[in-house]
Amino acid sequence: MPPPSTRRAGFSRRAQMGLFLSYVIAVGGTLFAGLLLVIAIVDPTGFNALKGVALDVTSPVSSAGRSVVRFFEGMSGSVGNYVQAGSQNAELKKRLQDARRGLIKAQATELENKRLKALLKLTGETDDPVAVTRIVGSSFASVRRLATLSAGASSGVRPGQPVRSADGLVGRVIESGRWASRVLLVADSASNVPVRLVRDGTPAIATGHGDGTIDLKTLEVGRNPFRRGDVLVTSGVGGVYPPDIPVAVVVTVEGDRTVAKPLADPSSVEYAMVLPVYQPLADVPLTETTESALRGAGQ
Amino acid sequence: MSRIAGSSRDVALLGFRRQWVPILSTLAASLLALYPFVATWAIVPDLAFLVLLAWRLLRPEMWQAHMALPLGLFNDLVAGLPVGQSMALWTLTFLILDIVDSRVGWRDYWLDWLFAAAAILFYTAGGWYVARQMGTVTPFAVLLPQLGLSIFAYPLVARLVVALDRWRLSR
Repeated sequence: MPPPSTRRAGFSRRAQMGLFLSYVIAVGGTLFAGLLLVIAIVDPTGFNALKGVALDVTSPVSSAGRSVVRFFEGMSGSVGNYVQAGSQNAELKKRLQDARRGLIKAQATELENKRLKALLKLTGETDDPVAVTRIVGSSFASVRRLATLSAGASSGVRPGQPVRSADGLVGRVIESGRWASRVLLVADSASNVPVRLVRDGTPAIATGHGDGTIDLKTLEVGRNPFRRGDVLVTSGVGGVYPPDIPVAVVVTVEGDRTVAKPLADPSSVEYAMVLPVYQPLADVPLTETTESALRGAGQ
Repeated sequence: MSRIAGSSRDVALLGFRRQWVPILSTLAASLLALYPFVATWAIVPDLAFLVLLAWRLLRPEMWQAHMALPLGLFNDLVAGLPVGQSMALWTLTFLILDIVDSRVGWRDYWLDWLFAAAAILFYTAGGWYVARQMGTVTPFAVLLPQLGLSIFAYPLVARLVVALDRWRLSR
């Protein structure tokens, strides 16, 4: 089928001008959009007001439908559980016993921990969450892994605050509207979380890989300290994430490359806690004097 | 409604339908991003772009290239993309397709699909590049499943759009 020839305006002066104008608008608009994009890249919080409004308007839709969708997501799991009830029961009993033993040990450790902390006079960090809220949606098609929370600036949620669920770290708030906010998940490659190995405290950086997994980079050279099944928790370095939030569990170790899976699966987590920034000073931009001092020190 | 418009009200209604069905269907596809499902991996095709592309390839004369600007802005805001990403990429796609239309003398189903695949590749790569500039440095291979899925989803979306188009122009 030949394409219709309406793109050629013929001899009509008016039609020619109209077509020309349309292209001028299109090209100009593209350039303008490119400019907006550059602004968005240079200053990611620049359009927070506009995007916040869009977030506020659209999040109730996701919020309302979330429980329905969860019901159907959960149903397939329930059917499977029913079929495997016998073997699962035996396995769970065994696990419960192990867990009970572990729990007693942990209680003893906690007691000792408290005593030692009191000895060192460490100030107790505030664990009070800013808000407890629901994860209602996420980005689908974009490479950036973002989730939507149904709490915003009106409940004290600000960009920069860490978000966790009962299972572990979810991510960090990057945009906040009045009643909704957006979270950069730990699986996004722009997210870098300082972590340490629970087993021996080896420090590492957990960077998202973009496909739902996390890459672990350790500071040690030569040998890979990770083993399959190792659990990593936040170390509190950098002052944004509070220490000791579970982050990920190692799934594969291949030479220098270590892949881990986030412990908090945002697709099954319903409630999330927004926490205050661990050391509020860590999020304050450097003042000019500090910057110039640093520059002086560097020279 | 009879086949012949009986009153000026009918004419207005038909005109409204003819003009707004493509726009509203694209906006509705953008709104699908609000579906309350949390994905940990970019795997779902960008349906808004597919619908837009299907309309553009089916009815090249219907929209001028600048029509993609407001539609793109809406998609950016709803899907939480950096403002300007869809605006720029969608309009560029339209401009490129205009050039292609003036060069290629004939079209068929397979050629349309080929153009759509090229446009989807361009759009995905563009989005990947913008995300990279914003700090999300992901290997492009992560996007390959989504790319494949989008290309194979295009004929289905095109079917849907053809059905909408038939309804839009029916009397």
